[in-house]
Amino acid sequence: MEILFYIFGVVAIVAALSVVFQRTPVYSALSLIVVLAALAVIYLLLGAPFIAMVQVIVYAGAIMVLFVLVIMLLNAGHEGPSAHRAKFARWVGPPLLLAFLVEFGVIVWKQYGLTGAASAPALDASPAAIGRLLFKSYILPFEVTSILILVAVLGAVVLAKKQL
Amino acid sequence: MIPLSHILLLSVILFTLGAAGFIIRRNVITVFMCIELMLNAVNLAFIAFARRLPGLDGQLFVFFVIVVAAAEAAVGLAIIVALYRNRNSLAIDDVDSMKL
Amino acid sequence: MATFSDTEFFLIETVIKIALIMFILLTAIAYLTWLERKVIAHIQSRWGPYLVGPHGLLQPLADGLKFMFKEDIAPLEADPVVYWLAPFLAFLMAFLSIAVIPFGESFTLAGHVIQLQITDLNVGLLFVFAVTSLGVYSVALAGWSSNSKYPLLGGLRSSAQMISYEVSLSLGVIGVLMIAGTLSLREIVNQQAGLWAHAGLFSVLPRWNLFLQPLGFLIYFTAAIAETNRIPFDLPEGETELVAGFHTEYSSFKFAIFFMSEYANMVTVSAIATLLFFGGWLGPSFGPYWLRVILPVLWFCLKLFCFLFFYIWVRGTLPRFRYDQLMAFGWKFLLPLGLLNILVTSFVMAWLHS
Repeated sequence: MEILFYIFGVVAIVAALSVVFQRTPVYSALSLIVVLAALAVIYLLLGAPFIAMVQVIVYAGAIMVLFVLVIMLLNAGHEGPSAHRAKFARWVGPPLLLAFLVEFGVIVWKQYGLTGAASAPALDASPAAIGRLLFKSYILPFEVTSILILVAVLGAVVLAKKQL
Repeated sequence: MIPLSHILLLSVILFTLGAAGFIIRRNVITVFMCIELMLNAVNLAFIAFARRLPGLDGQLFVFFVIVVAAAEAAVGLAIIVALYRNRNSLAIDDVDSMKL
Repeated sequence: MATFSDTEFFLIETVIKIALIMFILLTAIAYLTWLERKVIAHIQSRWGPYLVGPHGLLQPLADGLKFMFKEDIAPLEADPVVYWLAPFLAFLMAFLSIAVIPFGESFTLAGHVIQLQITDLNVGLLFVFAVTSLGVYSVALAGWSSNSKYPLLGGLRSSAQMISYEVSLSLGVIGVLMIAGTLSLREIVNQQAGLWAHAGLFSVLPRWNLFLQPLGFLIYFTAAIAETNRIPFDLPEGETELVAGFHTEYSSFKFAIFFMSEYANMVTVSAIATLLFFGGWLGPSFGPYWLRVILPVLWFCLKLFCFLFFYIWVRGTLPRFRYDQLMAFGWKFLLPLGLLNILVTSFVMAWLHS
């Protein structure tokens, strides 16, 4: 089972590289879908089947479809070279990101060691258990998100109208 | 069992890639996709910690993050469409003034 | 005879099951096209395919050969990678959901219990929805990558249609899930065993969810027809306006793949309807052991066949919707109806529990 984690971890990283370095938006979107699917498999391995399915249904099946549709509608083609590229960002950005990566790696290593096992007791992550928690302890955040979605729907309608 | 540190490392690599893309890309849609990538890296960390603790709360946080991401994508893409209509371009460099 | 360990047995069992199911499904799909042409022909007072084999029974084989040996024409300006990817994505997504569909009970062979299902997930139904929601990509990408006007319009139309009706599709099912309290398809079927007790005149009826959720079933099946892009909701490929919609520029084998996945989607959707509302493989079971294993599978196939026949029947009967009618129907009628169904179901359940 562990080997599956590493396989899909590598798939996720390669696809993420492709998201960042592809110059055609459609290819970036397709690579992001691969990342999402690989992460869904990893969620399954980590004992979160419900979240894995929600990830595929909502993220890959709805959000990314919106992205692909917008790319198709706007006919976003090949990304050309930038007219005015900031030299400063080019020389400072990558080292800073690398520093962030190393820093975080050191923290993880100090805290958990290289083989600090993720303890895996039998955790009941069935949809029923998640639903019980969601509608009992987390009922207020749940209702607040529903209002958030309502606001988002209104905002999207207002923004997408031709005449503002 | 899968070590927690390996999951966290995968998460931070994905997050860094997302951040890098956010900085170097010039297309608004690609920049937006890199934000989604960073959100997903955080989700992975949540799931890993939920397993470590153990508790379901981390998984619920991921659920909420996904819901918020859906709302954000709807509004964000509407903004991008409006932007394209006004400037006729998706390059992020062209959006450098508040008014046309 | 060599003895296998449990893991080996599981692997071999799964591979055999997958191969067998794929073979049966592909054959069934081939003959579904034959059935469709025959039934439609008889509805329209024609004979249908009659030349290849008795009653045209070898027609699917001839069609398959024709598709394979036809010249594969791709548009010059098409996106090379995505144009290839789209049909295979369609095929993959259409056949992946079969993995969690149970089609019979289990039987014992050489001390091992073999379930008539590739795998039983406790989130089975969610898995089916996840996979079908990914099916949108094949249509959208096929339309976009052809780099041609009609496919693009067809692709945009059908993605909008599929996303819209997916909502109603899941809303129609939620009533059943509330009653069953599980997402495992096998368990949902097992809960429908037996007859209605204490129901007076109706106690001869089986305990199918259909009688508890008639509205849910209507919503589900209407949305399912739209989800699989079939008449009367086949706007994505409305021949009179869009040539052939998203697969206009596809020919030869790639077109055949789109064709097959459409029929595979029909089978999946009908199978889910059978499992959720019509008691799956449940039915009279009697006789020796082997017969009691075979009969449930037969009942399941019979119910499935009824749904597929209904699909074809509808195609021969109803005209196509207009696009704005389709969207209005989905959002302004089916969606509120689904919400109402959930509301009523939850009220009744709360009343019964108190």
